[in-house]
Amino acid sequence: MLEKRMNDTTYDHPEGAAVALAKPTWLDVVNSWITTVDHKRIGIMYIGYALIFLVIGGIEALIMRVQLAVPNNHFVTPEVFNRMFTMHGTTMVFFVGMPILFGFGNYLIPLMIGARDMAFPRLNSFSFWISAFGGLLLYFSFLGGDGLYGAGTAPDVGWFAYAPLTARIFSPGHSTDYWILGVFLSGIGSVGTALNLVVTIISLRCKGMTMGRLPLLAWIYLVVSWMVFIAIGPLTAAQIMLLLDRTVGSHFFDAQAGGSAVLWMHFFWIFGHPEVYILVLPAFGFANEIIPVFSRKAIFGYAAMVGATVGIGFVSLGVWAHHMFTVGLGPAGNAFFTFATMVVSVPTGIKIFNWLATIWGGRISFATPMLFSMGFLFQFLAAGLTGIMLSVAPFDWQLGNSYFVVAHFHYVLVGAILYMIFAAFYYWFPKMTGRMLSERLGKWHFWLFTLGFHLTFDLMHIPGILGMPRRVFTYEADRGWGSWNMIIGIGAIFQVIAILIFVWNMIHSYMKGEKAGPDPWDAWTLEWSTDSPPPHYNFAVEPVVESRRPLWDRKHPNDPDNAYE
Amino acid sequence: MGDLGQSAGEAQENQVKLMSFGNSLNAQMAAISDPWPVRVFHKIPILGSGPTSIFAPHATPAHDIDSLSVFVLSITLVIFLIVAGLLMYALIRFRRRPGDSQMEPVQLYGSNQIEIAWTVIPFLIVVVLFLTSARVNFVTERQAKPANSMDVVVIGHQFWWEYRYPKLGIVTANELHIPANDPNAPTPTFLTMTSADVDHSFWVPELAGKMDLIPNKVNVMWLDPSKPGVYLGQCAQFCGAEHAMMLLRVYVDTPAQFAQWVANQKKQATEEASAAEGKKVFEHTACINCHRVTGTVATGQFGPDLTHLASRDTIAAGVEKNTPENLRKWIDDPDSIKMGCLMPKMHLNSHELDAVTAYMASLR
Repeated sequence: MLEKRMNDTTYDHPEGAAVALAKPTWLDVVNSWITTVDHKRIGIMYIGYALIFLVIGGIEALIMRVQLAVPNNHFVTPEVFNRMFTMHGTTMVFFVGMPILFGFGNYLIPLMIGARDMAFPRLNSFSFWISAFGGLLLYFSFLGGDGLYGAGTAPDVGWFAYAPLTARIFSPGHSTDYWILGVFLSGIGSVGTALNLVVTIISLRCKGMTMGRLPLLAWIYLVVSWMVFIAIGPLTAAQIMLLLDRTVGSHFFDAQAGGSAVLWMHFFWIFGHPEVYILVLPAFGFANEIIPVFSRKAIFGYAAMVGATVGIGFVSLGVWAHHMFTVGLGPAGNAFFTFATMVVSVPTGIKIFNWLATIWGGRISFATPMLFSMGFLFQFLAAGLTGIMLSVAPFDWQLGNSYFVVAHFHYVLVGAILYMIFAAFYYWFPKMTGRMLSERLGKWHFWLFTLGFHLTFDLMHIPGILGMPRRVFTYEADRGWGSWNMIIGIGAIFQVIAILIFVWNMIHSYMKGEKAGPDPWDAWTLEWSTDSPPPHYNFAVEPVVESRRPLWDRKHPNDPDNAYE
Repeated sequence: MGDLGQSAGEAQENQVKLMSFGNSLNAQMAAISDPWPVRVFHKIPILGSGPTSIFAPHATPAHDIDSLSVFVLSITLVIFLIVAGLLMYALIRFRRRPGDSQMEPVQLYGSNQIEIAWTVIPFLIVVVLFLTSARVNFVTERQAKPANSMDVVVIGHQFWWEYRYPKLGIVTANELHIPANDPNAPTPTFLTMTSADVDHSFWVPELAGKMDLIPNKVNVMWLDPSKPGVYLGQCAQFCGAEHAMMLLRVYVDTPAQFAQWVANQKKQATEEASAAEGKKVFEHTACINCHRVTGTVATGQFGPDLTHLASRDTIAAGVEKNTPENLRKWIDDPDSIKMGCLMPKMHLNSHELDAVTAYMASLR
């Protein structure tokens, strides 16, 4: 399978000439992937790397679910449980969410804007490898991190690593240092890729592609990249301060010496909340591309969608302290952040309504990408509404840090983001590999995963309402949380089966899937105008576009889109 | 808030404060006057079950949050039903059917009027929700403190709670006793909170929302439960290995019970001849570095005050019942009950264990 790709990307020869070359050894293949600066290969490596970490993070989640299935369980020790939720959170945000979205961005953006590569291919390669190194360093702590409980101590301070639990006196050894450095390196990679995306989108658009004709996915990556610039900075600064606290005895967050624990919270959430939107906006972007194609209609309200994206980008920078309603900010602070948070729901609502209007009057086909997109729409609607509940500061005094919050943000991260990532896989896998994923397996994947998702995450709201805090390794039998946690765990099993089907679908379809051809979905954006998989240079002739849907124009020369823009 | 005065003789300032409490409490006492959505909601069996449901309020802060929550839930539920209903309708109505024409459907690119409508309407809903939220927010956090309120200082520790009553000169741990509130002469309890080490959070869902205990920062919250009983909760901010076993027990006592409890807590530690040997072992072991027993050489501050340990129902921050067997097991090997807690194993022999256990059990 790798050889096939080698041939595809034997750059200097036109199609067919590669056959004459000697068959590459596996070392050549590995070398070609490690040294590549091709945006498509880097994109695929990002995605593959994220999928490996998705499996690791999933296994960590399963260990937690087994431990919590019954009260007073002793499947793992509290120390192990604390490592599991710390590594699960850190992994899923920094080493699954970010790389998979950057992977799709890397792969798709140049193709969608008619460019031959990213603006800075070497920076692209550097960003990927430094992020990958961050992930490996984090996991090396399982071997190399020594701590209170001996060697093999992974970080156990929670993914938001609240001070002063991270101070050396409370977190001895090196596990927290691994956390700091691993995340720090991934942040460098994120900023590099964000820079690359901004420059690419601004300066490498093909002829005729004005900003008003930019595909919505590209608009979203532009906004997301700006948010990365703004959000990663405070996190990196705070991590350096924490590292200084731990190594040279500074007192930024050391409350015993007059430092401020609340300062860390502000720094972390000034990063942490925009981060949520950094992860969810690309999911919106996938929906913007997929929903119109399977409804056979243009996106409704293109300008409003762009405006809503920019609006979410701005407002999301001013909502961070809704993670801190129980910290004692005072009523004025709490009220401000309540309002700011609620206001995000306005542009988000605009998006949901525009997707609804896009579907309205269309001719909807429920291929697997569309199924996942519709799952996303319902679940994101629900997640947004539980978000409104949590934005009400007094309600949050009860629900904050409870399992209700865990259910809410998994509804966003799994129910919305992961669903759209699955949709994106089914939609663009044919472009990346030249072969279709199996629709039959795709439908099994969708329905089993949806069943498991709702068993797990719908019911997870209830123990939160019944007073179960997050991050507890076990709980008292008299609280009435036991049966809920048991069903939540059973739901996880269905999700695992669905994921296994998905992995099998990818492997099997890669080998024996139906040939895709350049445009299997009868779609309208530029990536479908070139071969599947695209040649190294993407487009033999640089495309020229005259509307937002260049392929619509080609397919309907008598009724081109630009008449309506 | 505040349209029901009842302490006419009080100074104006004080009256305002008392009115606040009187008003809230009337609402609480007469739960029957809750608006109908709240009453309907409380009838859903699973949501009020268990000892720590947020929808079974027994004090004003929890009650106010409960009413607000049902209001917010109702609005969001209506929004969900409308939007999800439209979505479901569209998916069924506009699905592709066999034999559909091969022509693309009519292309619509947008409509400014519609966009404005679904921008303005959600914004108006947001304003309503915000104002409702802000009201409860300000009323709860700006609650003035009546002169006759009970004051307790709460200090979070890994992994237990320290309670100090400055007006009464009492120091205790893990079981918070407060007087039941008399709605006619409100005596709410104000908790002044901080932490000795890392962040913790005080959460007893039936009484109030949570409030964090943060080192180098002082937070305040208040409770006014009027129904005597034990209310449960636990630490709600991850604080290390035994975060899950940092349980909360709030005893709401009748005035007589509370007076009796205070009188007992104010006493010096008991000196029983039968426990003299255990006391000697205790005083000659490192126990005294961390624990305090009044009238002895044990003056440690790091662990819970043990002066009246035997008067408590539980040990290890609510994890086990306070029986001699559990006590002995705990003293022998704390990790066997609470793995990762900060109390070390003292390596006492069996005879010494029995003696220390007997001494602890004598500290009533």
